[in-house]
Amino acid sequence: MTIGYYPGCSLHGTGREYDESVRAVAGALGLTLREIDDWSCCGATSAHSVNPLLAVVLPARNLALAESAGMTDVLTPCAACYNRLARSEHAVATNPELAEKMPRLLGRPFSNSVHVRTVLDVLRESLPVIKEKTVQPLKGMKVACYYGCLLLRPAEIAGGDDPESPTFMEEIVKAIGAEPVTWNLRMDCCGGSMSIPHAESVVRLSRAILEDARSAGAEALVVACPMCHSNLDFRQQAYTNKGETTLPVLYLTELLGLALGLNAESLGLKRHFVSPAPMLERMAVAAKEAV
Amino acid sequence: MARIGVFVCHCGENIGRTVDVPSVARAAQGFPGVVVSKDNKYTCSEPGQAIIREAIREHMLTGVVIAACSPHMHERTFRRVCASAGLNPFLCEIANIREHCSWIHEDRGEATAKAIDLVRLAVEKVKRNIPLETISIPIERKALVIGGGIAGIQAALDIADGGREVILVEKEPSIGGHMSQLSETFPTLDCSQCILTPRMVEVAQHPRIRLMTYSEVESVDGYVGNFDVTIRKKARKVDATICTGCGACMTACVQRKVSNEFDEGLSKRTAIYTPFPQAVPNIPVIDQMKCLRILSQKKGKQDACGKCLDACAIGAIRFDQEDELVTEKVGAIVVATGYSLYSIGKEQDSPDISGYGEYGYGTIPDVIDGMQFERLASASGPTAGKILRPSDGKEPKRIVFLQCIGSRDRAKGIDYCSKICCMYVAKHTMLYRHKVHDGQATVFYMDVRANGKGYDEFTRRAIEEDGAVYMRGRVSRMYRDGDVIKVVGFDTLAGEPVTIDADMVVLATAIRPRPGIKDLAQKLSISYDKHGFLNEAHPKLRPVETNTAGVFLAGACQAPRDIPDTVATASSAAAKVLGLFSQESLEREPTVARVDISHCAGCFTCERVCPYGAIGHREIRDRQGRLIKTVADVNPGVCQGCGTCQATCPSKSVELMGFTDEQIFAEVNAILA
Repeated sequence: MTIGYYPGCSLHGTGREYDESVRAVAGALGLTLREIDDWSCCGATSAHSVNPLLAVVLPARNLALAESAGMTDVLTPCAACYNRLARSEHAVATNPELAEKMPRLLGRPFSNSVHVRTVLDVLRESLPVIKEKTVQPLKGMKVACYYGCLLLRPAEIAGGDDPESPTFMEEIVKAIGAEPVTWNLRMDCCGGSMSIPHAESVVRLSRAILEDARSAGAEALVVACPMCHSNLDFRQQAYTNKGETTLPVLYLTELLGLALGLNAESLGLKRHFVSPAPMLERMAVAAKEAV
Repeated sequence: MARIGVFVCHCGENIGRTVDVPSVARAAQGFPGVVVSKDNKYTCSEPGQAIIREAIREHMLTGVVIAACSPHMHERTFRRVCASAGLNPFLCEIANIREHCSWIHEDRGEATAKAIDLVRLAVEKVKRNIPLETISIPIERKALVIGGGIAGIQAALDIADGGREVILVEKEPSIGGHMSQLSETFPTLDCSQCILTPRMVEVAQHPRIRLMTYSEVESVDGYVGNFDVTIRKKARKVDATICTGCGACMTACVQRKVSNEFDEGLSKRTAIYTPFPQAVPNIPVIDQMKCLRILSQKKGKQDACGKCLDACAIGAIRFDQEDELVTEKVGAIVVATGYSLYSIGKEQDSPDISGYGEYGYGTIPDVIDGMQFERLASASGPTAGKILRPSDGKEPKRIVFLQCIGSRDRAKGIDYCSKICCMYVAKHTMLYRHKVHDGQATVFYMDVRANGKGYDEFTRRAIEEDGAVYMRGRVSRMYRDGDVIKVVGFDTLAGEPVTIDADMVVLATAIRPRPGIKDLAQKLSISYDKHGFLNEAHPKLRPVETNTAGVFLAGACQAPRDIPDTVATASSAAAKVLGLFSQESLEREPTVARVDISHCAGCFTCERVCPYGAIGHREIRDRQGRLIKTVADVNPGVCQGCGTCQATCPSKSVELMGFTDEQIFAEVNAILA
């Protein structure tokens, strides 16, 4: 199966390992990703803060490009990109007047036929394949699944299985043998885009999240958003410098890649600020002992 | 030769303002067959009626046309006038020149022309009317009440006290319903059991009430005054005729880990059980899903356990007892099936409804629902009335109550208000403070709806005297932090997010119809709304009747109701039943379908299209008793006169009396002519 691919800026920058692991996992699962040619900014966060029309049209340009390339679905791993693209899709679908204006605004034909999807959505659909291709089940690995905000809101557009109490990331994690822990802050704010203007807030919020995950027994936090990842992984330095313990933050696709037997290098696991290596070593030792 | 009288009414100014009434009367004078035509200011008044009576006698009229208001308004009046002057009442036709003409038109000339047309077609129809006699149906003066909660109990007692026989069917082993689970009741704080149990005993001892517990309605046939009901008496596995209710079997039962439904899962019961000590009847049943003997018999092992058999001194335990079907004939049915509570967790019985996974119900043991709190507060409950939290049995010092759980939350699929929660939450905060003097109750609410007698005073008392803190806003989620439940919400009056520490959280869950109510509604041919609550015939003027004659509603099967409203509707349903039973026989309009057996080919298309099941089969035999043919046969007691059979009959063998093809065509021709 071939699916359109919109990486967005994060996946070419701070979230490179997300891009690498998504591509690697997609390959292993038999999904062909076709990057949208000449894709442009989704508009987050500035466009929708200043101009509502631009907030729809900017993402729609990418959808129009995908449409003319014959794509029916577009995978957007970045939760912010997903949110912008999906909102644009929804806005055009529910506003006939706007839909009529779109080709003129975009300067190209556009019928809003492309469906925007998250990594979670696509992976959940591939659960049977994932189960079948798991060669190295992550037995006994305790992880905390962290949803954040943009993957689930607003409910009428995104939502997953239940916008207020989702479980679909846990389902995927369980499928590869890992053990999702029950914890409290899986949908709390990580600080989002305050990372640059108000880093202290981010440190406070993401620290609470990490502490709660750790006290629930998690060995790692699993995310599906490059903003969450950067806030939770990068900002740990602020307090780990003072000798506190750390918690590795992994992309869901990285965890999945490990279970599918892909090597850590191709999954970008070396790119994290908090190294997952000690945890992976522990896991490897445990696996050997089990054999 | 037809001799028709036409009487055109001014209806004060209502018709006369737009229609030139005298010229309508003059025009009618010239219609073929019309021998007299008059106009009158108020035809329905006594002088107006006298004019009609005189004209019928003087001109020996064979038909009367009244050009006036809608037949809904005064058809019965004018039919009575005709009858009193010796004319068959069904030889009277109404031409509606008010609702259908003067009220909706402005141009006087056009309105007058239309009124003349309407009179013309009524004249053409009435010429073809035939005298009809009202149909008389006998009544079986016995009522069936479905549901043995307070609604069913009240309705049954009222009907029985009114001198009529009642069969009360309850699907649980005991009557009492939800009210028997409650601790105290608002707004008086009187003990629920104390006011209910005497009524339950009264039901059991009433000479005119036959109580059928652990039974369900299997099917309903027939029509008002003559329903045939089949009731399934589920196997109790206990001989109710000899059991004394001593309880030795329950003491002996080794299966003691069954979740107790009466205590909402907060305690355990045995496999042979009565739901609660005050059960009526006080006769146990064996839970066939949990009884070790029955379970092992299913696996092929005989004679396992049997402790209850040994314990019962009089041999009342009957493992060979099977379900039994009983048929009864009743004249009226009261539906009083009550409500169920919204389930908070993820599992829902309908795809239109979603749960509150974010509240941790089912994962945090000290998040309970309102009914569970009732059991904790009840003297007959698992803690003997002490407020102790389920997780560790400690006394909670801080309880947060959340209102509108499910209710008024379109995102969860329930948009209505459950009506009773504002009041019972106020009651809970008071009961809590009365039992735990240093306890702090906090209530999250959307609005406080206290619109009943003494209700607002009651909520004020909860706040002002018993110190409940009311916080306007919603809770987004709850989680456990060690021993404490963190309640994360938003105070919309202060405009800020709040996190409150609680030892226990009580959710006021929405009221929903009983599961299975739609099946029952279909058996009774009554309608329900999109949520499954049963529909009344008219929300204001016929609140306890349904669209099926002889079927009445009581209590929360119709909408969320508190006890006072439930009892009021139950009594009014009972009054309706008694009114029905006080008639000699049932009279109904003869405008029903009739089959011409000489034409009918017995294809039974009519039977398939009849929405009321009014069409049966009739065998035509010759003198030797040989079958000639089988034809359709209309049961006039069931037929509602909709005319669907008439329209579909391929051989035109069914006619609706009063609306025959000939009459309708005459009307159409009169307009087109």
